[in-house]
Amino acid sequence: MRIRTITALAGALTLSLVTGCAQGGSTGASANTVTYWLWDANQLPAYQACAKGFEKENPGLRVSITQLGWGDYWTKLTAGFIAGTQPDVFTDHIQKFGQFADLKVLEPLDDLDIKESDYQPGLAANWIGQDGHRYGTPKDWDTVALFYNGKMAKDAGLTGEQLNSLSWNPKDGGSFEKAIARLTVDRNGKRGDEPGFDKNHVKVYGLATNGSGFADGQTQWSPFTGSAGWNYTDKARWGTEYQYDSKTFQSVIKWYFGLADKGYMAPFSDYNIQSNQSNTQVAAGKAAAAFDGAWMISTYAGFKGRDIRSALTPAGPTGKRATMMNGLADSITKASKNKEGARKWVEYLASDKCQTVVGEYGVVFPATPAGTEAAIAAYKKKGLDVSAFTEPVADKKDFRTFSYPITNYAADVQALMQPEMEAVYGNGKPVSSLDETNDQINLILDQ
Amino acid sequence: MTVASSSPPSRLPLSGAKAVVPTRKAKARARGDGALAAVFIAPAMLGFLVFLLWPTLRGIYLSFTRFNLLTPAEWVGLDNYVRMVNDPIFWNSLTVTVEYVVINIGVQTVAALAIAVLLQRLTQSALLRGIVLTPYLMSNVVAGLVWLWILDTQLGIGNEIITALGADRIPFLADETWAIPTIALINVWRHVGYTALLLFAGLQAIPNHLYEAARVDGASEWRMFWRITMPLLRPVLAVVLIMTVIGSFQVFDTVAVTTAGGPANATNVLQYYIYGSAFGRFQFGYASAMSVALLVVLSAITILQYRLTRAGQTDLG
Repeated sequence: MRIRTITALAGALTLSLVTGCAQGGSTGASANTVTYWLWDANQLPAYQACAKGFEKENPGLRVSITQLGWGDYWTKLTAGFIAGTQPDVFTDHIQKFGQFADLKVLEPLDDLDIKESDYQPGLAANWIGQDGHRYGTPKDWDTVALFYNGKMAKDAGLTGEQLNSLSWNPKDGGSFEKAIARLTVDRNGKRGDEPGFDKNHVKVYGLATNGSGFADGQTQWSPFTGSAGWNYTDKARWGTEYQYDSKTFQSVIKWYFGLADKGYMAPFSDYNIQSNQSNTQVAAGKAAAAFDGAWMISTYAGFKGRDIRSALTPAGPTGKRATMMNGLADSITKASKNKEGARKWVEYLASDKCQTVVGEYGVVFPATPAGTEAAIAAYKKKGLDVSAFTEPVADKKDFRTFSYPITNYAADVQALMQPEMEAVYGNGKPVSSLDETNDQINLILDQ
Repeated sequence: MTVASSSPPSRLPLSGAKAVVPTRKAKARARGDGALAAVFIAPAMLGFLVFLLWPTLRGIYLSFTRFNLLTPAEWVGLDNYVRMVNDPIFWNSLTVTVEYVVINIGVQTVAALAIAVLLQRLTQSALLRGIVLTPYLMSNVVAGLVWLWILDTQLGIGNEIITALGADRIPFLADETWAIPTIALINVWRHVGYTALLLFAGLQAIPNHLYEAARVDGASEWRMFWRITMPLLRPVLAVVLIMTVIGSFQVFDTVAVTTAGGPANATNVLQYYIYGSAFGRFQFGYASAMSVALLVVLSAITILQYRLTRAGQTDLG
């Protein structure tokens, strides 16, 4: 009798453990709920407001939003795909799109009838896979510009107008290099362009470091490689060959990382993805300027006592200024338990109705022109001039915008490029070593 | 003949005594004990089978496949192992891991031994023992992040102190020469107290009269350490070493939060490379092959250590 009791207890305990495990990953999906994930905490209130509008229009349907930090977001999403606990809809990034398309975890969205002309140029086309199906609906866009400390610029004798009309070249760095040299101050108070400047004991760097930039250099070297006319791959989308072996690319990289050797840009050793990104360096007064994306406008604006302003990226050898224009999308997971509700929610997310509401929060530029206008107005209301980010999209004559590289094996490309670019920046490895890495990458793409 | 009247315990027959033949009832009881034992063992056995044995066997199987977790595994024979042998990043990861283990275990063992001996010979304070253990109460991730902030090249308080003393900033976690020793020492800081307490427990088992006799003979503390403490602590020290070496080879979390394998693969330890290959690049087959290699390396090191240190024998005669 006693043994039977113990057996029963042990059985009950084991069962409860097993079922506990199973329930731990549950996302609370049901026919009436659409689960939605995003990573940007700044955007959460905007999308909560959008969800309220959606729920009003679709009585009986509820949107459950989960926000996770960038790093955890992708880990949890991957685990979710494996365990079957993925959300119905999630915010998607181009960098991951190729891999998700390979893994066949995304639901085609062709029937949503997304018109390219309804969104800012290029945004809708990026989300069509190699199989011709659409896997994402345009959600927002961002560009890169130069954030700078207004007081430091004034002390250096540089006006906003001057900083907005800089140009560069890979030979002597042009007026851009002169400006950041001027913004650099060593511990004796000497500026980077003054005789006796001590490059080994810099107090304030002209340009913050945002690391090596891995395979894309979005907020590091891409404004320069872009304005030098270089492209990541042989085709705008789904390229089959990367071009890191190009002499143009390598000469730009050599010059750009060379700014650190001259003491004008913070060295690689000052960067840490956890503790010291470029915005932290600007906030701490350790750097006068930093290239960063539009998604950081609110963050920089929040640095008290720093008088942060923004300037256009410098014009390059092609005569044009350049910036990556990256857009996020909303995707539905193939294993979604509520595809019908998910489709309705994604359609709503892609509509002017939702994007205008999101724009009014002034935290991101929505993909539709009306949403973008609402965002510009909202930023203006907060006293923020965001023209350095919007001009490149509006003015195709003086600006070149380009997309994030979209290819297969994106994760492998990142994994191979990261240590190589770090070695070039941090350890002075010759840029020509990228020839070999490029060969390895293209070999993988050939598979 | 009073001695003869004291009968030996029935389960421990003396030589020459008749073997105790279990009765049917005793046999039945033994069977009953077996069933009860099985019930008690069942939860642990279930855990062992589900969480250890099955994943290990499946991992070995997956190492012979190409597998991205979302589509069925495809048998590729020895391809993953051939790739591993030819993969310079794998060899770099193995080298970096060994470098980490040597620094981590070397410093930690010497420091822990010193702390344990000092605790035993100088003080009986429970408070001190508690203080020594404090860093171990912190999670690895928190310890890693706290040290990351302290040692940050540009903003860390550690480097502020270094520059205030007139020296140049040291890129502790951002330079390929410094990064591995720094991570190894962060983990020494966290684990040394725990290791010291394990050794301290081992020291408690050494009879005090041995030290008293040595002292009467005029032996110094140094001589007593080498002639009494070390030989008699050897079995405990061996087990502690085996455990800490295995743990050290599996370093992951501190790397993940401080350097993410950088700069330029300088801290891309084996576990981190395996993780990146599996969950970053979805190459679960290749990651499994590297995990099997790690299992083989760890088994070989453990057996070697066990043999060399005679961990199963004591010199306490």
